[in-house]
Amino acid sequence: MSAPGESGEARVTATEVDGGLDVALAGTWRITAARPAWTALVAGRKAARIRLRMEAVGKWDTSLVLFLYEAQQWAEAAHVACESGALPEKVRALLQQLAGTREASVPHDRAESLLSGVGHATLETLARARTASAFLGESVLGFLRLLRHPSKFRWGDCLEEMQHCGAMALPIVSLISFLVGLIMAYQAAVQLRQFGADIYVADLVGLSVVREMGPMMAAIIIAGRTGAAFAATLANMKANEEIDALETLGISPVEFLVLPRLLALAVMMPLLALYANGLGILGGMTVAAGVLEIPPAAYWIETQSIIDLSDVSTGLIKSLAFGVLIGLAGCWRGMQAERSAAGVGRAATSAVVTAVLLIIVGDSIFAVIFNYLGW
Amino acid sequence: MSPSQPSLSGAGAPAIQVEDLRAGYDDVVVLEHISFSVRPGEVFFIIGGSGCGKSTLLRHLVGLSHPTAGTVEFFGAPFSNADVAGRRARLKTFGMLFQGGALWSSLTLRQNVALPLEEHTPLSRREIDEIATLKLAQVGLGGFEDYFPAEISGGMKKRVGLARALALDPEIVFFDEPSAGLDPVTSRNLDELVLRIRDMFGTTIVVVSHELASIFDIADRVIMLDRTEKGIIAEGRPRELADQSNDPRVTEFLRRGKGR
Repeated sequence: MSAPGESGEARVTATEVDGGLDVALAGTWRITAARPAWTALVAGRKAARIRLRMEAVGKWDTSLVLFLYEAQQWAEAAHVACESGALPEKVRALLQQLAGTREASVPHDRAESLLSGVGHATLETLARARTASAFLGESVLGFLRLLRHPSKFRWGDCLEEMQHCGAMALPIVSLISFLVGLIMAYQAAVQLRQFGADIYVADLVGLSVVREMGPMMAAIIIAGRTGAAFAATLANMKANEEIDALETLGISPVEFLVLPRLLALAVMMPLLALYANGLGILGGMTVAAGVLEIPPAAYWIETQSIIDLSDVSTGLIKSLAFGVLIGLAGCWRGMQAERSAAGVGRAATSAVVTAVLLIIVGDSIFAVIFNYLGW
Repeated sequence: MSPSQPSLSGAGAPAIQVEDLRAGYDDVVVLEHISFSVRPGEVFFIIGGSGCGKSTLLRHLVGLSHPTAGTVEFFGAPFSNADVAGRRARLKTFGMLFQGGALWSSLTLRQNVALPLEEHTPLSRREIDEIATLKLAQVGLGGFEDYFPAEISGGMKKRVGLARALALDPEIVFFDEPSAGLDPVTSRNLDELVLRIRDMFGTTIVVVSHELASIFDIADRVIMLDRTEKGIIAEGRPRELADQSNDPRVTEFLRRGKGR
């Protein structure tokens, strides 16, 4: 029953009849395939009216409607009468709908003036500062409650987090600390050798690793590794309404999710820093033995002579603070995240940036304090 | 509203033909010996209780999972056994509405609908925008073109998902739980929209659902899956199954919703 014209690609023919243009569509009109252009069809022709027909059309979809709409628009602009009575009812309804949506579509304006932009940004910053301090306060209160009722704390979660952020971070911390010790020893060796002061490589590497580089490098690794993971996990939980579910059950998300992570980091960071110190000294020792021909025993004795307990403890105090800062930054960014896939990514990024910033700022504050105290 | 039976004249190849399909993951078999066919222009429901493998079957139909045995064909052409290029070409003729809408959160509603058009059609930017606006208007979201998914409600997201599924004027549209999370009125409107699409373009509609009102209102034919049988336990028109089936599992499931 299908006429021969109903298959094949979309075609259109225009024949002049009594000064008007008889436009006949044929073939299969698929939106994924090419279709004839109306402007090419009428180029150079004059007509008092056009008549649209589609008896020979097989399958059709929106592409046919678009073509007919283009014809109608052209006819309107050229003040030519357009007869579409021969088109099926469905097509005419769709044409009407298309014309309707075109008129009704009003762009949603997101632009704002400079003044209101600045105002909104200021209010947003204030609101963020408020939520940050509320979060900090809630964490402190949660910690006090933990001291009062230690049995209610989620120790299992905390241990699991300790494993994730501590034990499982050992390989990367080992590699980086060892290499940092190695690099520092090389740099020191080149300079000190000029004065025959080779053995002081041990002093330089030992002191700078224990006081600064060990805690700092460990903190930066953990900020990238664990801080980002905290933020991504919490942001994802927020997107899945898991945090809302906790709140509706009257469970504080800070106590349930944040405190175990904070405590885990606060415990593991000093241990990781201590470990990083050891590996850094080992890196220096490797260079001294290999390049400067200083026996490891001599290197170790020299290191022992220069490092005292205050050096190690300042490093450990700092790393404890770094751990808390990384945990707070990661968890806070996670809890503040937007509920979307992009929000999770942004939370992870900003957690790392915030943590690194806090680590550097914190380190400089510690430098001033320790200098003042003479440690 | 009674379901109108599509014309079955012409007797061409069925829109969907599933032969002896086995679906599962690792060593777990979720469904086996699944065979059925869907006629062009039919509104076909896959129903059954929770965990019976409805969504698994749907994932196999649209090629998101690969069957461990059996074949899926569309309009007589192999799909599950086709090569990558063949499957891609076939995928352009599908539309799928996911449970939560599955909108791309970084794109506006208009861009969400426009993306398949940009990828698969030779249309100009202006035409693509026009179609995207039209499709959004068809699902009742005219005026929301420049909103982001995060700024609209769950029901609206679903309707945008439908507009996106319809962007390429597909031959078959798959719906995964279209009524889940919608109020009865919105759900009913969605049902009417489904029928309108079918009547307008002769689109074949496959719906996974356990919404009884929808099943009785718009389904031409249903298959019912069962978890313990791991297969189809009933096939036919919903009212006839509810009235005449001898299987208590089928009648219990369907009679709760009969008479609505």
